[in-house]
Amino acid sequence: MPTDNDKNIQEIRKKIALNKLRDHLFWIIGLLSTLIGFVLLFTLIIDLFIDGFPRLGWQFFTSYPSRFPEKAGILSAWVGTILVMIVTAATAVPLGIAAGIYLEEYGKKNWLTHLIEINMNNLAGVPSIVYGLLALGLFVYFLKFGESILTGGLTLGLLILPMVVIATRESIRAIPNSIREASYALGATKWQTIKDHVLPYSFGGILTGVIIGLSRAIGETAPIITVGALTFIAFLPSSLITSEFPFLSFKWLMDPFTVMPIQMFNWISRPQTAFHINAAAAGIVLLLMTLFMNGFAIYLRYRFRKRIKW
Amino acid sequence: MAEMNSSVKIETRNLHLYYSSFHALKDINIAMKDRQITALIGPSGCGKSTFLRTLNRMNELIPNTRTEGRVMLDGEDIYQPTTDVVSLRKRVGMVFQRPNPFPKSIFENVAFGLRVLGIFSKREIEEKVEQSLKDAAIWPEVSDRLHRNALSLTLGQQQRLCIARVLAVEPEVVLMDEPCSALDPIATLKIEELMQELKKNYAIVIVTHNMQQAARTSDWTGFFLLGEMLEYAPTRDIFTRPKDKRTENYVTGRYG
Ligand SMILES: Nc1ncnc2c1ncn2[C@@H]1O[C@H](COP(=O)(O)OP(=O)(O)O)[C@@H](O)[C@H]1O
Ligand SMILES: [Mg+2]
Repeated sequence: MPTDNDKNIQEIRKKIALNKLRDHLFWIIGLLSTLIGFVLLFTLIIDLFIDGFPRLGWQFFTSYPSRFPEKAGILSAWVGTILVMIVTAATAVPLGIAAGIYLEEYGKKNWLTHLIEINMNNLAGVPSIVYGLLALGLFVYFLKFGESILTGGLTLGLLILPMVVIATRESIRAIPNSIREASYALGATKWQTIKDHVLPYSFGGILTGVIIGLSRAIGETAPIITVGALTFIAFLPSSLITSEFPFLSFKWLMDPFTVMPIQMFNWISRPQTAFHINAAAAGIVLLLMTLFMNGFAIYLRYRFRKRIKW
Repeated sequence: MAEMNSSVKIETRNLHLYYSSFHALKDINIAMKDRQITALIGPSGCGKSTFLRTLNRMNELIPNTRTEGRVMLDGEDIYQPTTDVVSLRKRVGMVFQRPNPFPKSIFENVAFGLRVLGIFSKREIEEKVEQSLKDAAIWPEVSDRLHRNALSLTLGQQQRLCIARVLAVEPEVVLMDEPCSALDPIATLKIEELMQELKKNYAIVIVTHNMQQAARTSDWTGFFLLGEMLEYAPTRDIFTRPKDKRTENYVTGRYG
């Protein structure tokens, strides 16, 4: 009898040891995969910095592209990127939030909203070049917006719209129903409930989604090339501010443009190495823009998480 | 305690409710009096919460529900197509089972209802917030931290804040759905004392799981079972000489 028991215990011990070994093995594999990814990324970034950093200077930010690499700069590119982003944000954010609110709070759960939902989730995964083709047909040929900042911004707006909708819906869904009930039970209307509770409490999540969407849009190249962004622009779009009433001008919307990733692409495809250095420097700027946006998104999420605990 | 001659505040006539095809309330007829506490008791799932929600039409927030019959508030059917649900809910306030303060400041929790009422004067809001917090017997505990987040309060305090929030809107009826089930005995006692105070001005309908609580606090008691109201009588009668055998089994703790 006792030997039998001992045997049992030994077997159990063996099993535990085996499981522990498996645990360790998995841990090591996981760590290795993480390290490989991390080291690769890190080398790329370091390489980029070594190549491009010396090129970063006042002149680089304030010069137009040029045939002479040392005179060339990213002025038209960064201005273009910012203007395109303004159009993107101005269209995708209100539309996306409104659609998200509609789908979560107003839309009856029926086959139509279900269909929209499935499509919305799939749209977020459609290759960006496809958006480019759609935008080329819709904005350039059909609506005749031309190869303009407006077209570029709308194209990227279309691209990130599903992301904004999904982020909005997810943050809205995270709000417990008891909060809505509390508001309705006090005699609040649907709109009061949304405006005073649903939106404020989901604001952090929505904003995070918006910023992550924009930081994806900022690096997009393919759809922007498709709708005809130029690779060589030696002038700025018309000014936003004018000296005459109403002091604001929207003429810039119709101007041709270039953006950071396209400027990079252009420099990379030239044979001279001096241009490659320019590309690396522009890459650093683009990377920092994205990093800054993502950092801001993380900060917002952290702040709002801390403030609201259900 | 149970006054026979006090006026009827809410009355239901042949009230039925269906969740899709599930018949959750079957022919409920009850007349609840003003300035009295009506307790609704019965085992879990018998339809107490469902019934309570028909009284301010919160049931309509759940998809696929159908209500039949009438609910009369001061003699007027609240299920008429012309009834304004929003103003109905201002007249019939509700306290929920789990305290559900807004994740805002204590002050804002109460002020929200006032703004919904259309009160925007800063001074008036401040006065009414203070008054409501006093009426809900929570003022001394929060007067020095009105701008702290309501979620930092204890559950018992949160529940009294939720009551203050309802009182600010100056309803006529206060519905309470197991308001003490998430609270400890001391917090429960505070709410019960508060109910006695509120009874002077409001009709109160309380759902409770706790037999002693119903016996202690209420004037009238309705016993629900499987979607039906089996018995409705002055509380003393329900607990001392129930007419229905099933009521007796329940109040003596033989099931539930
Ligand atoms: N939203 C709902 N959809 C479908 N059935 C429900 C819903 N809410 C409650 N019910 C059902 O209605 C019955 C009564 O529920 P409820 O009123 O919550 O009971 P109680 O409050 O007495 O415990 C239960 O059988 C429950 O399963
Ligand atoms: Mg219940």
